[in-house]
Amino acid sequence: MAKTDALQGSLDLLVLKILSRRPRLHGYAIMAAIAGTSGEVLRAEEGSLYPALYRMEEAGWIRAEWIKKGSGRRARIYELTAAGKKQLGVEESRWQSVVLAINRVLREA
Amino acid sequence: MSIWSRISNALHGERLNREIDEELQSHIEEAIASGRDPGEARRAFGSALRAREASSIRVAGWLESLLADLRFGWRQLCRNKVASAAAVLSLALGIGCCVAAFRLIDALLWRPLPISNSSGLYFLSRKLTGPEGKPIEDGYWATPDFNLMRDAAKDQAELIAISSADRTDITWSTDDDMEKAHVVYVSGNMFPQFGLEPELGRLIAPVDDRGPGLAPYAVLSWDYWNHRFGRDPRVLGRSLQIGDQTFEIIGVGPRYFTGTEKGTVTDIFLPLSMNRFAALDSVTWHHAFLMLKPGVNPDTALESLRQHLSAVSYSFEADCSTCLRGMTQPNIDRYLNKTLVFSPAGAGISDLQKEYRRLLGVLGLLVALVLLIACVNVANMMTAQAAARAQEMALRISIGAGRRRLVQLILSQSALLALLASVLGAIFAAWSAPFVLSLINPRDNPARLDLPADWRVLLFGFGLILLVVLLLGLLPALRASAVRPVAALKGGEDPHSPRRLMRGAIALQVAFCFLVLFLSSLFVASFQRLENRPLGFSTDRLLLLEAVAGQRQLPVVWNQTAEALRAAPGVNSVAISGWPLLGRIRINSDVSIIGAPPSPTPAWFLNVSPGWLSTMKIPLVSGRDFRPEDTSPGAAIVNETFAETFFPGQDPIGHTFERGANQPINKILAVIPDVPYDDLREPNRAVFYVPFDEIDGKSTPKAVDFATFTIHTDAQDPLALAGSLRQLIAQRHNGLRVSNITTQLDLVRDQTIRERLLAMLAGFFAVVALFLAGIGLYAVLNYSVLQRRREIGIRMAIGSTRTSIVHLVTLDVLPIVALGGCAGGALGFGAARYVASLFYQVKATDTDMIALPTGAILLTALIATLPAVLRALRTDPTEILRNG
Repeated sequence: MAKTDALQGSLDLLVLKILSRRPRLHGYAIMAAIAGTSGEVLRAEEGSLYPALYRMEEAGWIRAEWIKKGSGRRARIYELTAAGKKQLGVEESRWQSVVLAINRVLREA
Repeated sequence: MSIWSRISNALHGERLNREIDEELQSHIEEAIASGRDPGEARRAFGSALRAREASSIRVAGWLESLLADLRFGWRQLCRNKVASAAAVLSLALGIGCCVAAFRLIDALLWRPLPISNSSGLYFLSRKLTGPEGKPIEDGYWATPDFNLMRDAAKDQAELIAISSADRTDITWSTDDDMEKAHVVYVSGNMFPQFGLEPELGRLIAPVDDRGPGLAPYAVLSWDYWNHRFGRDPRVLGRSLQIGDQTFEIIGVGPRYFTGTEKGTVTDIFLPLSMNRFAALDSVTWHHAFLMLKPGVNPDTALESLRQHLSAVSYSFEADCSTCLRGMTQPNIDRYLNKTLVFSPAGAGISDLQKEYRRLLGVLGLLVALVLLIACVNVANMMTAQAAARAQEMALRISIGAGRRRLVQLILSQSALLALLASVLGAIFAAWSAPFVLSLINPRDNPARLDLPADWRVLLFGFGLILLVVLLLGLLPALRASAVRPVAALKGGEDPHSPRRLMRGAIALQVAFCFLVLFLSSLFVASFQRLENRPLGFSTDRLLLLEAVAGQRQLPVVWNQTAEALRAAPGVNSVAISGWPLLGRIRINSDVSIIGAPPSPTPAWFLNVSPGWLSTMKIPLVSGRDFRPEDTSPGAAIVNETFAETFFPGQDPIGHTFERGANQPINKILAVIPDVPYDDLREPNRAVFYVPFDEIDGKSTPKAVDFATFTIHTDAQDPLALAGSLRQLIAQRHNGLRVSNITTQLDLVRDQTIRERLLAMLAGFFAVVALFLAGIGLYAVLNYSVLQRRREIGIRMAIGSTRTSIVHLVTLDVLPIVALGGCAGGALGFGAARYVASLFYQVKATDTDMIALPTGAILLTALIATLPAVLRALRTDPTEILRNG
């Protein structure tokens, strides 16, 4: 259980961060952005990205909206809410503290 | 997730699924557009999407999945055979009781009469203040009064006269074979107005109204023709003897018409004009119905018609010299001050309806509660099973089962349960409705009602099944619909939510159970108190021969017959009374003391022969019994209430009273204790007893047309002598005939039929409700202990004492039981107010009435908790921690 939670935590952080820089992205674009900015090192799988998006929407961190695409199909795009911005701050500082802690362990062990 | 979004999710599940699909589809398109391999892009979503796609392609998917769900539900039921059988049986009992109660209530109170335009039929009655100062409703009319009203109303409505269906002695041949039949006198316009056609011959027609005694014709009901004559068409033209009148059979009525008196099946219809009361101004003896003419609007016409008829009837009664004879002015004022009332009579009118309306209401409430308790039980069982199947549900969701599918899965299982239960329930209802009906009314004159299993009953049954399916499926289905997209893909569940739901259900169950127990204990106590009411006379070995004399016979003939009966072997003593005590006959009389105007309160009377008091084992308080030379008027014996009412603080012996102003005086010979007169429930009445031998003004004996021989037998069973004594009377050929044979014990028992029935049914439902609630409590506790096995094991391992484990398990439910009990108590007080008229000397606030259900519920809760507590205490921590 603990393992998934940690992974999900970092996925949330990535999604929130991406949406804070480039608002109004659809799911695929978020996935592509994660892959692109991380230099293809990090990859969010579809099977975990969408549950994460729904969960964050439920929690009120992000907001979804349907838009019409050029092809006539609809696409669902996401953007950050005020609560999401706050959460991003929390997640970022948590991540920093984890990284700091890990680095300390690596240095002193 | 709020309850609201759960419901909205359940309702909009389909749309939500579509949106998820649409979003994923758009994702795949993007992926393909940016150069990914289409197959690989689709595979990235795994089986979830593929399952969705596959199901949307299938055309008959819905039906197929329903069948699959039913098959799966059946396998689930078979897996838990004992639990499923218990569920089906308890539901069957609940459904069966509900359907049976509906059949009775519908047949007696709601089902329209099988006549044309039954909704336009009204019953005419008058509200006035009764002789005892209580408001009463009088539904009887004098024929001349009725005729005046009929003429007054004829432009807008037709007035129909119908007498009560009286159980009457009739003779089909010249021999002494007398039998009983329900005879109804009707006005000639009844059959045509009701749109009824004869099965055979002709029916009574308006022409039969032409004058008293001019239409000696009789029409048989189809039912009587069927069971008495085997539908023999040669019955037409046969003659029939009632008293000294002879009637010719002219026809047979239509198949389904049994009269307007629900609960009694009419056997013979006679023309109104053939009853000798029809010519009398002063005798109110038949009912009056009103049928609006076609095209007359009831909303506008009824009120003016009511006022018009009220005025016509008032002037008739005010001018009627014989009606008011001997009445005091206050009584005349009271009598004339009436309000005419029209009540809809499309479903018939009968005393049975009046007497049993409340009882059937209570019955309906009790069966509904039992069904609810059973439903909650089964729903709890299903919730527990569903929780145990959480893994399976998670798997279903992960392979793409939508909310609707899950709801369908659960509902199809509850539908299977309900259907199985309804088959058993239908069998139970088919047996129990006629059984309960047979318990209404005395054995020799049972209530008869048509209880057809037609579309009304079927519709009710289907509605009930639908309700049960929803009640059973509601909780589990709501839980299934609570699954959120993320949880659905992840398979997570809140392990405590089923227990919370189940505990809520237990509170509900305890509340219902308390209500049933509370009402039941009130009814049972009422019955017991009524049954144990001191009678003041002995019913032991008392045979009652009710005899009639077609031609009135002098008292000497009756006394000789009593003498002959006394000489018969096995007879201990014989006395004569006008009618038996508690025989539902009561006749009042004015009482005036030494020429004063009659007192405002009347007294009641009974003619009795010398020796009647000792035969009935009624002791004398003071004075002496009648002697053969005492006659009426002249001598009287009074009860203690009479003495207190009319001679307060004096010894009444030797005093005199008259039965109305200017009547001959009666000298009081003795005082006897109060004994119930006509009704066990009534408080004591002022009663005086006068000698059986009556004389008129010129000292000539008055002939008597009916009386009751009270016979004290040597044998334990007085009915053993019935046959030989009946024959003895017949052989004397002195004009007396036995019309009815019963025992004093049966008359007393017949008084408590309604209370006995209610106590029996309520007791039965109380036991069922308690049993079901006990099972429900046991199942929930057991489930919760199983769920918390690990927790209990760990607690024990770290040194929790046995007491604290017991606390842990029981404190979980005790507040819930208490809460449910309080809610049930509040409901009970509300319900008791509505049915207080069915109680006898009990009040809802009596402490033992509250203590009894409370004790029963606590005891049941204790017994139901015991296995779960033992299981908790037997938990082996080492095993739990090793395997858990």
